[in-house]
Amino acid sequence: MSKLLEVKNVDRHFDISGSIVDQLSFKGGKITREKTLVKAVNNVSLDIRKGETLSVVGESGCGKSTLARTVMGLYQPNAGEIHYDGTRIDTLTGRRRRPYRTRMQMVFQDPYASLNPRMTVKQILEEPVRFHNPNLNRKEVRDIILTTMDQVGVNTAWIDNFAHEFSGGQRQRISLARALVLDPEFVAADEPIAALDVSIQAQILNLMMDAQEQRGLTYLFISHDLSVVEHISTRVAVMYLGCLCELADVKELFGNPQHPYSRALLSAIPRLGGQAGGHIRLSGDVPTPINLPSGCVFHGRCPHADERCRTEVPELLTLESGTSVACHGIEEGRV
Amino acid sequence: MEHLLDIKNLSVEFALRSGNVRAVRDVSLSLGKGERLGLVGESGAGKSVLGFSIINLISKPGFISGGEVIFQGDDISKYPYEKMRRIRGNRISMIFQDPMMTLNPVLTVGTQMKETLRAHMNISDKEATAICIDKLKKVYIPSPEKRLEQYPHEFSGGMRQRIVVAISLLTNPNLIIADEPTTALDVTIQAEIMDLLLELCETENMGLMLITHDLAVVSEVTQRIAVLYAGRVVEVGPTRRIIENPQHPYTQGLIKALPQSAHGNRLNQIPGMMPSLQDMPEGCPFCPRCEHRKDRCATQTPPLRPTEAGGFVACFMEGACNE
Repeated sequence: MSKLLEVKNVDRHFDISGSIVDQLSFKGGKITREKTLVKAVNNVSLDIRKGETLSVVGESGCGKSTLARTVMGLYQPNAGEIHYDGTRIDTLTGRRRRPYRTRMQMVFQDPYASLNPRMTVKQILEEPVRFHNPNLNRKEVRDIILTTMDQVGVNTAWIDNFAHEFSGGQRQRISLARALVLDPEFVAADEPIAALDVSIQAQILNLMMDAQEQRGLTYLFISHDLSVVEHISTRVAVMYLGCLCELADVKELFGNPQHPYSRALLSAIPRLGGQAGGHIRLSGDVPTPINLPSGCVFHGRCPHADERCRTEVPELLTLESGTSVACHGIEEGRV
Repeated sequence: MEHLLDIKNLSVEFALRSGNVRAVRDVSLSLGKGERLGLVGESGAGKSVLGFSIINLISKPGFISGGEVIFQGDDISKYPYEKMRRIRGNRISMIFQDPMMTLNPVLTVGTQMKETLRAHMNISDKEATAICIDKLKKVYIPSPEKRLEQYPHEFSGGMRQRIVVAISLLTNPNLIIADEPTTALDVTIQAEIMDLLLELCETENMGLMLITHDLAVVSEVTQRIAVLYAGRVVEVGPTRRIIENPQHPYTQGLIKALPQSAHGNRLNQIPGMMPSLQDMPEGCPFCPRCEHRKDRCATQTPPLRPTEAGGFVACFMEGACNE
């Protein structure tokens, strides 16, 4: 399968040091200026193939949302490149970026926050269509909107209602309609079902799978709900503290996880009718992304860590099964 | 089994300008000594209100409009405020969802823990500290002596929830009501907290009422499950029976809606959404969404009736729901 999107060695750091006065500190008899950086995404490389669903999983603060936003161009990467369909897009601006904005769309987590409460459904859906297709007349725009609403299961009679008049599930359908109305190829969905109830979650997931089938969409799916990820994905990337630990086919990952962190994470999923207590216990807590641990970011909690893990950053290594994993232990065959 | 808690025909109403709204309708449940019961339902089903109403934490405009809450033989729902205070956080304690919201950010953990202790017991500061340290050890917090001096923001999310659990244990309660205790936490931490609760219930012989929307979590931790829909208990029974052989169409839909099957299949979806409390349909509340509905479902409310499998279900269908 051909690559639609390539993420190459992307870093995204946030400067939280505040004003210049906050940055100054007195150390060893000298005044020094230091910046405090949150290293949200570090040297992440992955590619997304046409028509697949690539999910990114990890615990809160692991940088999965930041990665999605960087891919979409909502954040500029501090280093690295993002290629879409063969073109480097992270350096494009303004008019030259615009065609990619119609081809790539995003759905956000909270449908209560991502829809403007002062706009009607019509206005919300019309805005992107009009902006990107100024030549369309009013009827053509309306037709596009009505077809899309129909597809996502929002009653077209409610076109003049405001977002707050809808339930959470309906709102998420409208968010999805807003993403689909420009007929994109690629949709980044950042926790699209996290705010919804189980029965509504199923409705939205079905809708997303249907849309993918009908339109040949490619998804970047961000979620912390691993059973949903197992259901919907083609491949899964596991992130920890801004770094990619493992990237594998969904069956491979859930059946045979390699990285010690993936193993612990997957063992913690509550299973219907399962027994509590069978999971791998990790010692300690996730360190802050401000002072990243040296070497492998996971070494502080890893039961297999040795001297090399503490000093050397592991590279992604592709195994025979097709799984890519960043772990010295697996490379040396001791995990 | 001896009953620790008996809820009988409990109803909770909220007096709104547009009229009274019943959030909990005629709920009867019981909990044995040391038993773990799961209260499952979607948002708006009334599960939290039911949990709060047990210790009369319903604030205005809400009130308990009927029924009894019998705890260790006494109807505590009629207790006056001061008498109720001696039960809350003492014999029944509660764990809330978000540990950042339940801990006071400007007091040290030690101050907050001792405050709870001294509200219920007449003990010296030294004795209180000893109890606090003991409980912190029980929830596996390393170097508890040092940790007592720290503020909540110095702890991670999982550690904070451990502290909340430790606080709930201080007075050796007979019952813990945990309202979505892990919803704000990551899966690895959720697994740790659930293990901890399970272990504590077993070693201390405490009852646990676990309120959550996550069926998978409930199925791993509890012995019995009660499914709530629109303020009513629609099904209650032993956990394994409910998961493997649900009787009520809503429970069936809920379990089938969980992604657990082979990759890429369509998920089962329950059409529509839960009715608003102000606009409750006559008859069975699930009737408008039910695929097995009959004429009588729209007019009569089905009572909870015992099933062959040892549970109770509120549905007119006699086994016919199982395809």
